[in-house]
Amino acid sequence: MSSSDLHTQGLAQLAQGLEQGDFTSVELVQALLGRIDAHDKELNAFVTVTADAALQAAEKSDQLRRKGENGVLNGLPIVHKDIFCTRGVLTTCGSKMLENFVSPYDATVVERLAGAGAVMLGKTNMDEFAMGSSNETSYFGPVKNPWDLECSPGGSSGGSAASVAARIAPAATGTDTGGSIRQPAALTGTTGLKPTYGRVSRYGMIAFASSLDQAGVITRSAEDAALLLGVMAGFDERDSTSINHPVPDYVAGLDRSLKGLRVGIVRQHFDAGLDEATGKAVREALAVLEAQGASLTEVDLPNLDLSVPTYYVVAPAECSSNLSRFDGVRFGHRAENPEDLLDLYCRSRGEGFGAEVKRRILTGTYVLSAGYYDAYYLKAQQVRQLIADDFRKAFADVDVIAGPTAPAPAFRLGDKTDDPITMYLNDIYTIGANLAGLPGISIPCGFASELPVGLHLVGPHFGEERLLSTAHQYQQLTDWHTRCPEGYA
Amino acid sequence: MSLDKDQVQHIAVLARLRVADEEIADTVDKLSRIVDFVDQLSQADTADVVPMAHPLDAAQRLRPDVVTEADRRNEFQENAPAVSDGLYLVPKVIE
Amino acid sequence: MSAAWEVVIGLEIHTQLATQSKIFSGASTAYGAEPNTQACLVDLGYPGVLPVLNEDVVRMACKFGLAVNATVAPRSVFARKNYFYPDLPKGYQISQYELPIVEHGELFITDEEGNEKRIGITRAHLEEDAGKSIHEGLDRYSGIDLNRAGTPLLEIVSEPDLRSAKEAVAYMRKIHTIVRYLGISDGNMQEGSFRCDANVSVRPRGENAFGTRTEIKNLNSFRFVERAINFEVERQIDVLEDGGAVVQETRLYDSGRDETRPMRSKEEANDYRYFPDPDLLPVEISGAFVESVRETLPELPDEKRRRFIDDYAIRQDDAAILTVNQATADYFEEAAASAEAPGQVVANWVIGDLSGALNKEGLEIEACRISASDLAGLVNRIHDKTISGKIAKEVFEAMWAGEGSADAVIEARGLKQITDTSAIEAIVDKVIAANPGQAEEYRAGKEKLIGFFVGQVMKETGGKANPGQVNEILRTRLSKS
Repeated sequence: MSSSDLHTQGLAQLAQGLEQGDFTSVELVQALLGRIDAHDKELNAFVTVTADAALQAAEKSDQLRRKGENGVLNGLPIVHKDIFCTRGVLTTCGSKMLENFVSPYDATVVERLAGAGAVMLGKTNMDEFAMGSSNETSYFGPVKNPWDLECSPGGSSGGSAASVAARIAPAATGTDTGGSIRQPAALTGTTGLKPTYGRVSRYGMIAFASSLDQAGVITRSAEDAALLLGVMAGFDERDSTSINHPVPDYVAGLDRSLKGLRVGIVRQHFDAGLDEATGKAVREALAVLEAQGASLTEVDLPNLDLSVPTYYVVAPAECSSNLSRFDGVRFGHRAENPEDLLDLYCRSRGEGFGAEVKRRILTGTYVLSAGYYDAYYLKAQQVRQLIADDFRKAFADVDVIAGPTAPAPAFRLGDKTDDPITMYLNDIYTIGANLAGLPGISIPCGFASELPVGLHLVGPHFGEERLLSTAHQYQQLTDWHTRCPEGYA
Repeated sequence: MSLDKDQVQHIAVLARLRVADEEIADTVDKLSRIVDFVDQLSQADTADVVPMAHPLDAAQRLRPDVVTEADRRNEFQENAPAVSDGLYLVPKVIE
Repeated sequence: MSAAWEVVIGLEIHTQLATQSKIFSGASTAYGAEPNTQACLVDLGYPGVLPVLNEDVVRMACKFGLAVNATVAPRSVFARKNYFYPDLPKGYQISQYELPIVEHGELFITDEEGNEKRIGITRAHLEEDAGKSIHEGLDRYSGIDLNRAGTPLLEIVSEPDLRSAKEAVAYMRKIHTIVRYLGISDGNMQEGSFRCDANVSVRPRGENAFGTRTEIKNLNSFRFVERAINFEVERQIDVLEDGGAVVQETRLYDSGRDETRPMRSKEEANDYRYFPDPDLLPVEISGAFVESVRETLPELPDEKRRRFIDDYAIRQDDAAILTVNQATADYFEEAAASAEAPGQVVANWVIGDLSGALNKEGLEIEACRISASDLAGLVNRIHDKTISGKIAKEVFEAMWAGEGSADAVIEARGLKQITDTSAIEAIVDKVIAANPGQAEEYRAGKEKLIGFFVGQVMKETGGKANPGQVNEILRTRLSKS
């Protein structure tokens, strides 16, 4: 295996290669840094490339390996969405507000992955403060989809998805609040996993909507996702919303057969709003599962139609409060020569935040304000409970709920930026899982107009094992997840 | 339900966001559309439904009362735009 | 104040809870540190950090609830109170809104007529304190110190049951005593661990509806609370009697001018947009937990007061004074328990001479120069007539100065009272013989000359003769011809 092919391998293969001594971590990192150099100008997937630190870490991991001390991820390169705080390294959250912010601490996710030996290549571009579905709201410019450079890779974890799809990183962390891991995974032909709410610590993950945000991964395969989740998952005493639930061996669980798997299909998902070719690819994927002994049943999620409006009350409300800390006083962008306190706040925030972020803060402030709280926020939290109850009832009869991840393949950059609602409806299939705190995964299942299509699977709370094994079995029978965009082979 | 300019200005002040004059009309328009969109929620029958507190219905964990943090002021204040003698500076506030 | 008006007052007291670390972070709460050296990432509201609740804070709130006969909520929720101010780093304060940890309590004060009055406590809830702003010496800037940000506060809200500034102060003092008895707060007003906001309104006597109220913020002494309320009441009455209307607003008390004035508002509109904090989960408190806290309750001030009256037969007023401060109560009890003299005598000494000596040097009873058992010793020597009450004062001074126990001082200074009848008789005879003229006048009927003779005998004995015996023997001797 020459160093020119290293980028074609997923984590599991790379781990084996390192173990066997086929190559060193330094060689691997160098190869990838070279590819980033070559390709990122056109992709704009990275905000920061930490080349020197990566090489140092790679060197250290090689030494440890020679001594026989091997962490689970020893020497494996990954990239972090720029929403995770990384000590001593720029953490921008895709925003001018944090353009120069060097974090004094590591997020738990970063700590755990580094502790297992992972080597960080850099921080990936994202929609500003995770608000967006196209990676067009980033202060650092849009990310391009390696499948078609005129198209969006999806968002908000666009940089993570693009870098994995373009084989300039083998795996990436991401965050998912309304679909921000799964939707870009679908649009870039990668595997994206959002765990159960509370499965992975949010400490150090810059908050957008606290009750919806969850850290996850974008990888080439379910196998790689299982490997990373095993390291990331688990109780963290620094996060009160983190759940103390045992972490199973996700890798060992991958081999579970599809036979007897009860798959739920939501009828409404296949209606007029769904792109035809997308629907076809998803139905074919379901047929593959059926052929292996899975059964398909229709399930009803009666309140699902309200999931997007519910989300667009809850998420902005929480974010409007979470982003109040950005005021130019202790860190972040500060306006020049403020006249008084009000001017300091209004201008620092006015200048530091982009339009979509401001819109969401305003929306959130509105729905929480006196006279509107009951009609909006309170109501939304009630509808949310109804949606969660719908899922709970459905999971009494099925093991996973399947459907398309996104209503259409990757759209052209600039297409949807005029109307916020059109953009919001991109998340129509993914949002329900966030509202109910359920785990979800998107895996490549075909193409529509030569652009990738994703199959979406949702499981009950702590159902990651079944999602991963289902995805893995599907990936043993198909090769969609191995396809590579032209020019990035 | 559409919003008017005054409402938006009021919300902007509450949120301490400066919305430039040239942006106001567009902001009012977009916010109105969003509010119209979320107004759909009123359709739902939520009588007797307890609003969701946490997706997994868990209870708050308690931490022992122990001091665990040391003084890292210098390190933290490297990120601060304006400090003097360890204090964060803001334009003078008169009470 | 005219009897036509009735005053309605409600107090909101913020007391800092005496924990080692902050309510939501592991930074220290110790007072007096250099600016921002006790403000960790969570306190600074850094991106990505999260709050985790301090167990002792819950325990302390629970203790308070039990002490005021309140309900401790089995489930309570933290809410965000959103507003912008430099001493509030996250742009919101984590507090409690709809579901506080303690509700429906009460305590009893003695009103101005001496009657016991029940004051309702609507609720007590937990919240984090903000930082401090320094406005002087920084030119065009204000400086922010966030050491205090995140310190746990218990906000105690009374029903609007108080009807005068004096009642308000009595209530505030009671709360102050309780939190210190419970050990949940040091109640140090100078350091800001005990602060009070007063909601004040007036209404025509007989009227049921409440008048418009104003809020006077951040009163940090009992005296200021009384003065501020009195000023505000007069001000409101003047406004109303002039035909105007009271404006609902927040005011500050200026102690220099003894007046209240409107506060420059912290934000344009008080729309706090409360919602449950999604970073924290509902706090669930079991019955078992509440019982375990109940077991740690000390004897509370009212109980102790009643017991002192019953067990030590002391006056009601004195019992009240002795139980304001637990340390004083303990001191009194230790002394009274080992004294043979009646409890009231011990009480008199503690409230009188001992407190006087402490106050003169600005000492707290914990630093008292005379131990409780030594004080008991002194009182015992008066009781068994070893010394007179007058001599006892001298002994007390000497003990305070460190000369030892009562016995040691009496011995060293030879202050033993003379009670030997024949010894006194001898001196009385001597004095009578030395003053034949006055003896003659006394026998002739000038009875008040007995004072002169007593004085002379006392002079002869250096004040040590038992005054009662002296008096008796003199009269006997003088009436003999």
